[in-house]
Amino acid sequence: MASDGGVSCLRRPEMMNVGIGGMEHPLLDVDEVHVLAVDDSLVDRIVIERLLRITSCKVTAVDSGWRALEFLGLDNEKASAELDRLKVDLIITDYCMPGMTGYELLKKIKESSSFRQVPVVIMSSENVITRIDRCLEEGAEDFLLKPVKLADVKRLRNYLTRDVKLSNGNKRKLPEDSPPSTLSPDSSDSSPSPLSPVEIFSSPPSSPIDDDNVLTSSPESSPSPEETPVRRQKMRSPGLD
Amino acid sequence: MDALVAQLQMQYRNYTASLYQQGFLDDQFTELKKLQDDASPDFVAEVLSLFFEDCVKLIGNMARALDQTGTVDFSQVGASVHQLKGSSSSVGAKRVKGLCVTFKEYCEANNYEGCVRCLQQIDIEYKALKTKLQDMFNLEKQIVQAGGKVPQVDN
Repeated sequence: MASDGGVSCLRRPEMMNVGIGGMEHPLLDVDEVHVLAVDDSLVDRIVIERLLRITSCKVTAVDSGWRALEFLGLDNEKASAELDRLKVDLIITDYCMPGMTGYELLKKIKESSSFRQVPVVIMSSENVITRIDRCLEEGAEDFLLKPVKLADVKRLRNYLTRDVKLSNGNKRKLPEDSPPSTLSPDSSDSSPSPLSPVEIFSSPPSSPIDDDNVLTSSPESSPSPEETPVRRQKMRSPGLD
Repeated sequence: MDALVAQLQMQYRNYTASLYQQGFLDDQFTELKKLQDDASPDFVAEVLSLFFEDCVKLIGNMARALDQTGTVDFSQVGASVHQLKGSSSSVGAKRVKGLCVTFKEYCEANNYEGCVRCLQQIDIEYKALKTKLQDMFNLEKQIVQAGGKVPQVDN
């Protein structure tokens, strides 16, 4: 079905596996997924790092928005050619941090030409609708309620191979319909171009993501409604809660 | 030897289950255990160890902030409480987290006595958890040393 949208994606070899039903194990990526994790709490950094590693991501964990910008080379005006080689597939950041909040970091990333295509996920211990909306409007890919669980991270993992996975009638739209040539020059053209949040979460709450999810097969990863309260809320029209 | 292993395993099961039942631990602790494997067999113990260090540090901050002769900066206390609430939540330290929620309310209400009480309780609580978990980890060690496998207990 919509898997044709993945025409330009680097993960084409995996698409061959999609037709073989009953995936027992996660698809292996051609390139390893690299995640930049930002959290001022050491405990949380260790946990998120482990969660990501277990889902086969390479992780760089930093303790502040400033360090994140530094890592990305966005902390000065100089447009460095080296940035083309820095491959970051996902940025996951805590919201409440001293100095620069996750929201401010999100804005800076979305303002940058080199990294605005990279999906940014916000984590927060507080389920504040206005906060969530603000982040999503600013271009955040998703908003995770802490404490983060394995199922949450497995779901995130799917963003990065979304084009592969969407062959089985999953109603989520593919962002890859837009030409990839406009995306940043390195291999992160697997990152979706910015979509309005409503499009991203267009699948109805009742459709378990796991059905179409070839990356996860363990029962624990089925996102029950309680596990993804934020996303469910976002999917409903405002005013319902 | 098998009888010993079986006995230890039963002890372990009961003990761990009681930690959940008594509210020391919650689901998130179970989540942490999922992240442990043969390659990282001490992951949970390591994270909890970091958490307890965090407790010492943050409780120290809170105590200092509350110890001001003159006006107490409740937002400063609250900032540390917020951090402790976060990390206790991340490791499944249910009672500590619950106390942090109450503590935060007292901070917001600028309630000095309430804050001092919470501080005392949190200090007691994290130490109690630390002892309980040490006992739990010891049982795990004993099981492994006796040649057995640590049973999975997910309450």
